[in-house]
Amino acid sequence: MIVRIMTEGQYELDGDQLESLKHADEELLVTVRNNDAAGFQSHLAVALDLVRQGRPLHATMLKESELVLPAPDMTVHEARRLFDEHQIL
Amino acid sequence: MGIMGRMSTIFKAKVSKALDQVEDPRETLDYSYERQLEQLQQVRRGVADVVTSKKRIELQSAKLEDQIKGWEQDAKDALAQNREDLAREALTRKQAAQQQLEGLHSQLSDLEQEQTKLVELEKKLSLKVDSFRTQKEVVKAKFSAAEAQVKIGEAAGGLSEEMADIGMAMQRAQDKTESMQARASAIDELLSSGTLDDPISSGDHLKDELNKMKATSSVDDELAKLKASVPAGGAAS
Repeated sequence: MIVRIMTEGQYELDGDQLESLKHADEELLVTVRNNDAAGFQSHLAVALDLVRQGRPLHATMLKESELVLPAPDMTVHEARRLFDEHQIL
Repeated sequence: MGIMGRMSTIFKAKVSKALDQVEDPRETLDYSYERQLEQLQQVRRGVADVVTSKKRIELQSAKLEDQIKGWEQDAKDALAQNREDLAREALTRKQAAQQQLEGLHSQLSDLEQEQTKLVELEKKLSLKVDSFRTQKEVVKAKFSAAEAQVKIGEAAGGLSEEMADIGMAMQRAQDKTESMQARASAIDELLSSGTLDDPISSGDHLKDELNKMKATSSVDDELAKLKASVPAGGAAS
């Protein structure tokens, strides 16, 4: 499965990696719902680490991603605003 | 659905599906490519705008720094004339402005990083647009309409996603430069009138109070230091 890290690039992840990522992703959602800035940073760091363990897609590859992770420097406020704008929190 | 699924939904809404509507995408590939080149140009202009805004803010902040130094000189002059009240007022303005300016400096260094990232993203995007050009030629030469739909549809989608990514990063940098410009103007206002119509709050009342207290005590400290270095009574220059 292809996962994008915003402003960074795309990675291809396999089954096992996705399983751990799914868990990290759920934790991340909780921190956004609770407006927990520190929790968001630390869980985002975990998720970023997992995605970066995948195989980076070559610069000339043109593929759509199935999952998208926020940019490494995104704050919980920015994430909330984005989801509120699209009404998907 | 977690955060990543939600993000992906936002991206999918932005990704252009233009090619999906076309019966034979081979006929519209050149047009798609031209649109992509136009978008790439827009991205380049956007990045250049961010660079320009950042330079403008840097200039403004250098000017503010000079003004702040001016207030320190004013405080010294006031003390030399035995006008401690005026000196205190000058130092208060100086400190308030300085605190805000430090905030602006840290925002500037954030923006610097974002600018570097935008430039990198722009380079990557231009590689991808070029890769699309190559792929479209292959598709036009070798594939049937149905095959082309699949082959190039995904490539166009991937490229469009890349554009959406850089577009969002650009929007973020533009929002930041706007808020920094507002902050620089507010500091300017503070230095020239001594008041701030819309005090720049940290968003936390306790923190604001603590900052205020710190500012007052550091005005006292600075005043004491100046007094020690400036002989009162008008003899100093």
